[in-house]
Amino acid sequence: MIRFTLNNQAIELDAEPAMPLLWALRDLLHMTGTKYGCGIAQCGACTVHLDGQPIRSCVMPLSAIAGKSVNTIEGLAADASHPVQQAWLEHDVPQCGYCQSGQIMSAVALLREHPDPDDATIDNYMQGNICRCGTYPRIKAAIKSAARQQLTNYTLGKNVGAQA
Amino acid sequence: MKNNIAVQNISRRAFLKYTGVASGALILGTLMPAFTQAWAVADPSGDKRENPLNLFVSIDTDGSINIVCHRSEMGQGIRTGIAQIVAEELCADWSNVNVIQGLADEQYGSQNTDGSRSIRRFYHTMREMGATARAMLEQAAANTWQVPVSQVYGQNSMVLDKNAQRQLSFGELAQAAAQLMPPTIDTLTFKSPDNFTLIGKPVRSVDLPEVLTGDTVFGQDIYLDGMLFASIERCPVVGGKVKTFDKTAAMQIAGVQAVVLMPEQNLPVVFKPLNGVAVLASNTWAAMQGRKKLAIEWDLGANQSHDSERYLAQLKQKIVTKGKVIRSDGDAYQAYDNATSKLSATYTVPYLVHAPMEPPAATAVFNNGQCEVWACTQTPQSTQQNVATALNIDTSQVKVNVTLLGGAFGRKSKPDFAVEAALLAKASGKPVKVVWSREDDVRHGYYHGISAQYFQAGLDANDKVTSWLQRTAFPSISWTFTGTTDEPQTGELSLGFGDVPVAVDNLSCETHKATGHIRIGWIRSVSNIQHGFALGSFVDELATAGGLTTDKMWLQLIGEDRHIDPRTQGFAYENYGESFERYPLDTMRLKYVLTELMAKSLANVKPKNNEGWGISVHRSFVSYVAVATKVKVQDGKVSVLEMHSVIDAGTVVNPDRVKSQQEGAMIFGLSIALMGEVSVKDGAVVQSNYHDYPVLRMHQSPKIYTHIVASAALPGGVGEPGVPPVAASVSNAIFHASGQRIRDLPVNKYFSV
Repeated sequence: MIRFTLNNQAIELDAEPAMPLLWALRDLLHMTGTKYGCGIAQCGACTVHLDGQPIRSCVMPLSAIAGKSVNTIEGLAADASHPVQQAWLEHDVPQCGYCQSGQIMSAVALLREHPDPDDATIDNYMQGNICRCGTYPRIKAAIKSAARQQLTNYTLGKNVGAQA
Repeated sequence: MKNNIAVQNISRRAFLKYTGVASGALILGTLMPAFTQAWAVADPSGDKRENPLNLFVSIDTDGSINIVCHRSEMGQGIRTGIAQIVAEELCADWSNVNVIQGLADEQYGSQNTDGSRSIRRFYHTMREMGATARAMLEQAAANTWQVPVSQVYGQNSMVLDKNAQRQLSFGELAQAAAQLMPPTIDTLTFKSPDNFTLIGKPVRSVDLPEVLTGDTVFGQDIYLDGMLFASIERCPVVGGKVKTFDKTAAMQIAGVQAVVLMPEQNLPVVFKPLNGVAVLASNTWAAMQGRKKLAIEWDLGANQSHDSERYLAQLKQKIVTKGKVIRSDGDAYQAYDNATSKLSATYTVPYLVHAPMEPPAATAVFNNGQCEVWACTQTPQSTQQNVATALNIDTSQVKVNVTLLGGAFGRKSKPDFAVEAALLAKASGKPVKVVWSREDDVRHGYYHGISAQYFQAGLDANDKVTSWLQRTAFPSISWTFTGTTDEPQTGELSLGFGDVPVAVDNLSCETHKATGHIRIGWIRSVSNIQHGFALGSFVDELATAGGLTTDKMWLQLIGEDRHIDPRTQGFAYENYGESFERYPLDTMRLKYVLTELMAKSLANVKPKNNEGWGISVHRSFVSYVAVATKVKVQDGKVSVLEMHSVIDAGTVVNPDRVKSQQEGAMIFGLSIALMGEVSVKDGAVVQSNYHDYPVLRMHQSPKIYTHIVASAALPGGVGEPGVPPVAASVSNAIFHASGQRIRDLPVNKYFSV
């Protein structure tokens, strides 16, 4: 029995310890927002957060996540209110949409580490996420929008705090 | 119910649930044997073909407007575009519109979503559909008010009375309207384009909200209760067969429930499953693990001798010799002999594979002689037919649900994967999802044919081109269907070869033989890829040799404004299935996108050291696209800095989706130009995944600018026409930056990228 936290809910799973998290999510838990694209950590479609860090769930065995916390696209904001989701909406980023769960999860992690990333930082951080439709220019623009939004929120928050 | 009903009342609402996948529901119940189509309630005694528009619009009494999209959504935005057109003429309030994915049904007409033809083939039909439904709602309101129908009009999901302050909502009118006979097409009225509120507007994709939360359902995402997951080990060589296999070790993997020998198939390959052995398990991982334990002895067959490097060398040898003439004018050979200056070059493009982010996947259940399929298919009806044939049942006994497609690019118009699922469902007696791995996708695709092109021109003392000769050779897609075809076919030669738009008095277009050894298929823009690359490169070489800018050379070669008809020079040009009257090959439009490109990109302005611009222009899928690419070449590395494209696709339904398709086409074209190569050794594909079949990544993606020509012309294709000029523009840019001419793709054989 493998126990972990998934989107803030306790999970108990009776599964092969060697099974990658991706297949446990998709086939055992029917959480199909996380996608299969390559199976060898080359494309990023399966990106989720493990204790806050982005990982490729297709190569992460269940045995390695015992006791840890996993967050998937389904746990980001069900109403799509997260600044990254909102920026994706603003720029009409997706085409087919298949890689976008992974793109969004990588972008959320990027902005956590680099609140105001430049082009090179975005390129470097996001190059593990392939989009065959070619939405890269819009992903880049959306990340910058989300960064501005988050920085604005942060500044407003500070101002409110100072006044209070 | 009456026949030919365009609008259904609330009692039909229940049918919507049978379209299942459109609802975003993740876990779908097995629906057999309820083979009821969404609101397909036409009286079988009625003549549906006279007015097949009745399948597309349904209005609930609560005012919800359901519009069927019968074409497959793979990222091009068609579920939004089709609905925009219908809703426009319906005079619907867009916020009331739901889009329902149509099942496979020949009543919809063609559902084969390829060839960049959804809008160009259905633009008028969809307008008629919306107008028909609106006319019925208007008639229902006129009947209610006892006024002439000319006194009422639709607007924002309402019908209003011109002479009185009164209105009825579409929802209120739906039941009465559904009782009416639909009007004939000749009585319909259409909106003036000046009054369009949806067509031509950047309406947001209807599927966008679900993408953001991971709630979309692709072929890989289908789950049915009691379902088994299948992973299939297929013969590495096309035409090969399973000699013997041992399933003992596979069956010992936890979760593996069955090992099934796929029914043996013979050439031609068509859409039949490849020969192999399937492992069925309780989850995908277990199926993949079990598959690794299979011990299979293959009879590889004759194609095991195929070697792509050797094959290409043979094509290159042949291509410099006289071939079979498919279009000619004057005497290109004599004129070449008489020419003052001469230029010739050979260009090659390797095998390519689609590699959509979602590998193929299909789920099937078979029961009581009926089969239901869920698949990320571009071609629902061909899926239905091929499944029926494989199971030896009537097509009416096969129901095909179309999921979203996680990219497709032509791969998913081959329904082999759905046939696999159907055969395994029948063999196992359980619902089965066949999951293709990335390795399966790269190694068992339907490949873009490897090719060689030879171009030769002779110029007179005034640098006017007096002789033009071009040849092409590649294994034909038709080989996939015949097993014997050994030369390019007219359909393929109609893609940027036999329609070469040059005004040269002495012309010869020729082909050479090339037979198939692996499955050959169509990939985004098809043989326009190699023809666009070769032509666009050669024009740049001619320009350089003659000391002209490349755009000037193009304009000189294209010549005066006219409509080119290659049939007058002996070539049975297919023009993408369109009439020459409605969709002429118009040199004025071709030159216009080029001229616009130069103005927008400033590609003739001298760039910095080590930087260079390259351009090309191409008509395909009856649209016109010009592309400019700026690169930097330094320390053996090519960096793509900036791209511009100008597209004239006639009337545009959704400019933002056209823009996104152009962005995507630039990036798809860059993947081909910079890195695209599938090689074959001993009959088997060498590459296997994104590490050895790389596609463009974020850090390689340039700034992209898209310019859409404002046009009221008939709609042209959008999904594919952006691709053909890209490779030439890249290669030309590299030449102008570095002096190195690349004639054999991909670029990464010579430079790091």
